[in-house]
Amino acid sequence: MLGEGILKGLAETARNFAGSFVSAERLTTVQYPEQRIAPIEATRDFPFLVYDGADWEAGMRCVACQICEKECPPQCIYIEKSKDKKPDFVGKPQFYPARFDIDISVCMSCQICVEVCPFEAIKMDTEFELSTEDRFGGLLFDRKELAKPNEHYHKIHPTEAAEVDARLAEEKAKADAKAKAAAEAAAAKAAAPAKTAAVGDAAAKPAEGASRA
Amino acid sequence: MIETADQIFVLLKQWVVGLLPAGLQPVAGVLLSVVAIIAVFPTLFALAVWVERKALGRMQNRIGPNRVGPLGILQPVADGIKSLTKEDIVPLSADAAVHFLAPVVLVVAVFMGFAVLPMGRNMELVDMDAGLLFFFAMGASTELSVFMAGWSSRNKYSLLGAMRAVAQMISYEVVLLLSSAAVVMITGSLSLVKIVEAQNHYTWGLPHWYIFTPWGCAGFVMYAIAATAETNRSPFDLPEGESELVAGYHTEYSGFKFALFFLGEYLAMFSISGLGTTLFLGGWSAPFSFLGWVPSWIWFFAKVMLSIVVFIWMRGTLPRLRQDQLMNFAWKFVLPLTMLNLLVAGLWRFLGDGWERWVVCSAILVLAFAVMGREGMRREHFGPRRYRYAE
Amino acid sequence: MSLVFYAIAGLTVAGGLAAMLLKNTVHCALALTVAFAGIALLFLELDAQFAGFAQILVYIGAVAVLVVFAILLTRGSETPKGGVFSRNWLTGLAIAAGVFAVLGWAVLGSARALPGPGGTPTAAPTVTVLQIGNALMGRYVLPLEIVALLLTAALIGAVIVAMHEKEGAK
Ligand code: SF4
Ligand code: SF4
Repeated sequence: MLGEGILKGLAETARNFAGSFVSAERLTTVQYPEQRIAPIEATRDFPFLVYDGADWEAGMRCVACQICEKECPPQCIYIEKSKDKKPDFVGKPQFYPARFDIDISVCMSCQICVEVCPFEAIKMDTEFELSTEDRFGGLLFDRKELAKPNEHYHKIHPTEAAEVDARLAEEKAKADAKAKAAAEAAAAKAAAPAKTAAVGDAAAKPAEGASRA
Repeated sequence: MIETADQIFVLLKQWVVGLLPAGLQPVAGVLLSVVAIIAVFPTLFALAVWVERKALGRMQNRIGPNRVGPLGILQPVADGIKSLTKEDIVPLSADAAVHFLAPVVLVVAVFMGFAVLPMGRNMELVDMDAGLLFFFAMGASTELSVFMAGWSSRNKYSLLGAMRAVAQMISYEVVLLLSSAAVVMITGSLSLVKIVEAQNHYTWGLPHWYIFTPWGCAGFVMYAIAATAETNRSPFDLPEGESELVAGYHTEYSGFKFALFFLGEYLAMFSISGLGTTLFLGGWSAPFSFLGWVPSWIWFFAKVMLSIVVFIWMRGTLPRLRQDQLMNFAWKFVLPLTMLNLLVAGLWRFLGDGWERWVVCSAILVLAFAVMGREGMRREHFGPRRYRYAE
Repeated sequence: MSLVFYAIAGLTVAGGLAAMLLKNTVHCALALTVAFAGIALLFLELDAQFAGFAQILVYIGAVAVLVVFAILLTRGSETPKGGVFSRNWLTGLAIAAGVFAVLGWAVLGSARALPGPGGTPTAAPTVTVLQIGNALMGRYVLPLEIVALLLTAALIGAVIVAMHEKEGAK
């Protein structure tokens, strides 16, 4: 008869109502500031800049290539290249960002910057308690605020970070091997009979070339 | 002692009025009652909002508000402060005067309805000969304010919401009036005070409320359906269906004016529950004769709050109707049944006092309900949609 | 007493005038509502509760809403380009005068029918809603039923007008 369904529905809601008082697993609400649940590993919200070692300025992986700046869909990354160079993790001299700002009020958490970065320098963070009283300056993060150690990366995304580390180690090993080979070649050349004049010049040139490769 | 508790508000009013000079007394008496109504019902409104949010939460296995005060009981206060301090935005192209008047008209009209409700023995602002008519007249004026709000906002959602609301309110007002007409036919009076008096008898300790008669029970169900639609409550909340119309006719209202709409909506719920209580649930009379010592006003407010709880329960349970379902339901099912109910009420009146009238009246109503429920509400065959006017 | 009457009468007339003179059609409809409310108040002031509340219920609750519905569903609320005054206003004037004459004749006639000596106001008899109901169902049942029949015919006519397009559109 008409109305049966309504009565059934009413019984169902009544059961929920009463049940929520007696059985704890019905209430799935997490009382957030007091209770927290650990974020799952794939959590991501805004990018941060990874650095190695203790000094964030020296260890920053970013080489200011500005690829991410160009790729960012809402154009919320602002980079200024440095004038001088500093050695990167393989010891090669590289540019570094004199300014690296991300406006997280514009960022849409798309992770494209992470995907395009060839230097594993930018990764997604999980920090979400970012409220501030200054909605313009407070949400424009500069490179100091963005810089976080590699250990932090390991903490929030362990699997991914391990992969990245392995890749970097491999690269470094390769670069080391190359450098070693180059150095050996140079040494061999230098050791060869110094028939020609200007020995020092000849030895210096291949070494420089090797390091640029 | 019992008598004093029952009449405490009446005595209190007489005492306060007695302090004033004789010339002022009639005016002061009315003013005092008005102030009481204006104080009591918004308080109840705050309580109802809290109950609604808590209960809905529990029905959906949530906790509901629990931050402001113990168990979140101060949440309405926080909401009130919030809406009072919010910016009052009027759209640039809105019709400012009408936009401003709409919520005021709504709240005033709704408040007027309370004037004729007997909230306890001797506790009515005015005992009008045509009290029921007055109540419906005031209820009808709210439609216009809804239209004013929707039209003056210059917003398509507002206008659509208002058109829906007005169409719905007109359709269901017919049902509301006709289902109440049965009560008027039996009582022979439009005065709400007389209607309560007529129900305030007991046989074997049980009351003679109209809901305990076949026609009264059917009338109450129809009345409840129409009341839900009149107050735009779920499942008839199409005018403010948030998934399609933002907030319906009050989309463009913010701050205090929005609060007025919100208040008006709940006050309408209270007043229509109050009327339903008065018409079918015996108003302020006790449910058993041995409970007659409990003050009458407690019964009235308990019954009203109970209806509010049922409203909330319905809202937690039912999904929203579609516009055509709404109209079909009103005109093809509820209205014919209400008309039949009028006939049955007439039969009841003339069939004498025996048991026959119980059998005859119940049989007619149950049969009609079953047949119409099966035939009239049969699910239409779904097919490609045909547009009649927009081709 | 008379002050209240003049206030209400002023409101009613102002509402009626605004309904004619305002540019925006919806504003006109709302002004008309004010006029209806004024008339209802006049009834109430004359102790005619039933007529007063019925006026509010029917005119404000239904007719006014119907009017705004009609406006919105047809032309919308924009002001027509050719001005708000109709071209054949003379016909309108004639009809208005005719209606006014009939109403005036009826009102004056009813004053003569009252028991008091011709023209002088008598004390208004107190009429309860019960008496009105009994009169409608007893003495005046025939006019009531005729009006009911007329309204039903109008209703069916409206349905037929609305249904008409169904046959054409396949
Ligand atoms: S996550 Fe997307 S939007 Fe945010 S900075 Fe990176 S590229 Fe830009
Ligand atoms: S974060 Fe990566 S892509 Fe962006 S500038 Fe630095 S190195 Fe280039």
